Amino acid sequence: MKIRYLTIILIILSFASIFVGVSNVSPLDIFQLTEEQAKVLMVSRVPRLLSILIAGMSMSICGLIMQQLSRNKFVSPTTAGTLDSARLGILVSMVLFTSANPFEKMLVSFAFALLGTFAFMKILEKVKFKDAIFIPLIGLMFGNIVSSMSTFIAYRYDLIQNISSWMQGDFSMIMTGNYELMFVSIPILIIAFFYANKFTIAGMGEDFSKNLGLNYRQVVNLGLIIVALVTASVVLAVGMIPFLGLIIPNIVTIYQGDHLKKSLLHTALLGAIFVLICDIIGRIIIYPYEIPISLTVGVIGSGLFIYLLFRRKKYGI
Amino acid sequence: MVDIKNVFKSFNQKKVIEDVSLTIEKGKITSFIGPNGAGKSTLISMVSRLIAKDNGDISIDGKDIMQTKSNELAKKISILKQSNSINLKLTVRELVSFGRFPYSQGKLNDYDWEKVDEAIDYMELRDMQDKFLDQLSGGQRQRAHIAMVIAQDTEYILLDEPLNNLDMRHSVQIMKTLRNLVDELGKTVLIVIHDINFASCYSDNIVALKDGKVVKQGRACDVIDKCVLKDIYDMDIDIKDIDNKRICVYF
Ligand SMILES: Nc1ncnc2c1ncn2[C@@H]1O[C@H](COP(=O)(O)OP(=O)(O)OP(=O)(O)O)[C@@H](O)[C@H]1O
Ligand SMILES: [Mg+2]
Repeated sequence: MKIRYLTIILIILSFASIFVGVSNVSPLDIFQLTEEQAKVLMVSRVPRLLSILIAGMSMSICGLIMQQLSRNKFVSPTTAGTLDSARLGILVSMVLFTSANPFEKMLVSFAFALLGTFAFMKILEKVKFKDAIFIPLIGLMFGNIVSSMSTFIAYRYDLIQNISSWMQGDFSMIMTGNYELMFVSIPILIIAFFYANKFTIAGMGEDFSKNLGLNYRQVVNLGLIIVALVTASVVLAVGMIPFLGLIIPNIVTIYQGDHLKKSLLHTALLGAIFVLICDIIGRIIIYPYEIPISLTVGVIGSGLFIYLLFRRKKYGI
Repeated sequence: MVDIKNVFKSFNQKKVIEDVSLTIEKGKITSFIGPNGAGKSTLISMVSRLIAKDNGDISIDGKDIMQTKSNELAKKISILKQSNSINLKLTVRELVSFGRFPYSQGKLNDYDWEKVDEAIDYMELRDMQDKFLDQLSGGQRQRAHIAMVIAQDTEYILLDEPLNNLDMRHSVQIMKTLRNLVDELGKTVLIVIHDINFASCYSDNIVALKDGKVVKQGRACDVIDKCVLKDIYDMDIDIKDIDNKRICVYF
């Protein structure tokens, strides 16, 4: 029943998103679009909406999977170095293969994201002091180290402008022709749904998984591959959207619990709704200009994050 | 039948299990007793393949556990560990339903749900089945875990200190449940237990471990003996016969 409400809200917001913008297209025109208006819709508004939906859903689900597999509520693409590694990957692909097409860039970025996340998980295993807050701090530091490598390479090769464009997630540049790579996420997320039970069991630890005959390593590795691939494709098309993978799954698990079978769909819907709202706010607040999505998500997200931290203190989750 | 032959295990050069050989009878309750650090948990973790042995052979019904597929073993043997630090927010019913994973891979059919319901009723968890685990008391949580193992419905059931956190009534109830599983359904139960009176009253066989070695094994009445217990625990324990049961007085 909750799913139904979320879906309705998502549909309403999607419509709103299509009709907000500088060029005037009103819902009443939908059956008699001028050529100009049709073009705006097809080239810019619809791609923007689709990329928002995919980014919102997939980054939130990535966060959920990471939290489950690392058994820590504060691990996410932002706080495990995944985003930073993906960005480093894009940069390296630009330097090494100057004529790389987007797909090749994504593969290199995926490899880096996977490597970075893997490295972080290895660090996690070694860390003795497993405080819930301490671990994401390590992740943030790790991410900053990776990020400083990016900055260093960018300085050397005069790519600073490029890297700052991925620093900030931004949907305003999305147009037909430059975002289609994001569709890679869709089949991958479907796989995630099929693995919901296995991820949940893996979240209860290696011994627990073994007792139930689940191949723990294999499931964890698959989860990390999903996370890395999805993150790489989103960072390449939209840029970094911080906090998304952190707050959305945390909010959902408060009311849905940690059984992925129950929480995955909620996480996907709520993630998309959240990004849609942030995007619409970003588009109207200094109309006719725009605030990049990373800023709106960052401000609202960090506020919510602090709330979650305090709530955790109170309820000891 | 579980066959353990010349098994060794060390952690960081320290020998924890030294040349243990045992045969565990099918269709019986076998209790493992012994002081803290004797190696009881290590031994039954090796039997359930949770940790690897350094040396030796362990086989169940003639099949080496290392040669058997993990998923097949999960239908044959289940283990509840001494401490279960699941920090996931799951309901009791969800947890118990995971016991059916080896059979259903997550898509439970009617028969699977029947087993889940049965296990929940067995552990008297019906009225709290939709509560989240973190809203339960320690003992209730322990019962939920035992229910999961029961739902897993394996021939061999290994429980590492299942009476942890339980009050007397529930302790007795769980031991009786285990007795039923053995007497009526023909299961084989291995438990690690510290309360030697529970071991004495409810088990068929007892294995006493100390410093990684088997001190004594045999029928319960043979192991519950003044000299044997003195050997294991270094203290004098009086043994009284009450209603045909051997009760140890050690206060
Ligand atoms: N993972 C490990 N790393 C290092 N040493 C270990 C490990 N697990 C167990 N040990 C050591 O092995 C010995 C036996 O431990 P084990 O847990 O089997 O004892 P136990 O008989 O179950 O004791 P208890 O009654 O306290 O549960 C102990 O001395 C312990 O310190
Ligand atoms: Mg133990």
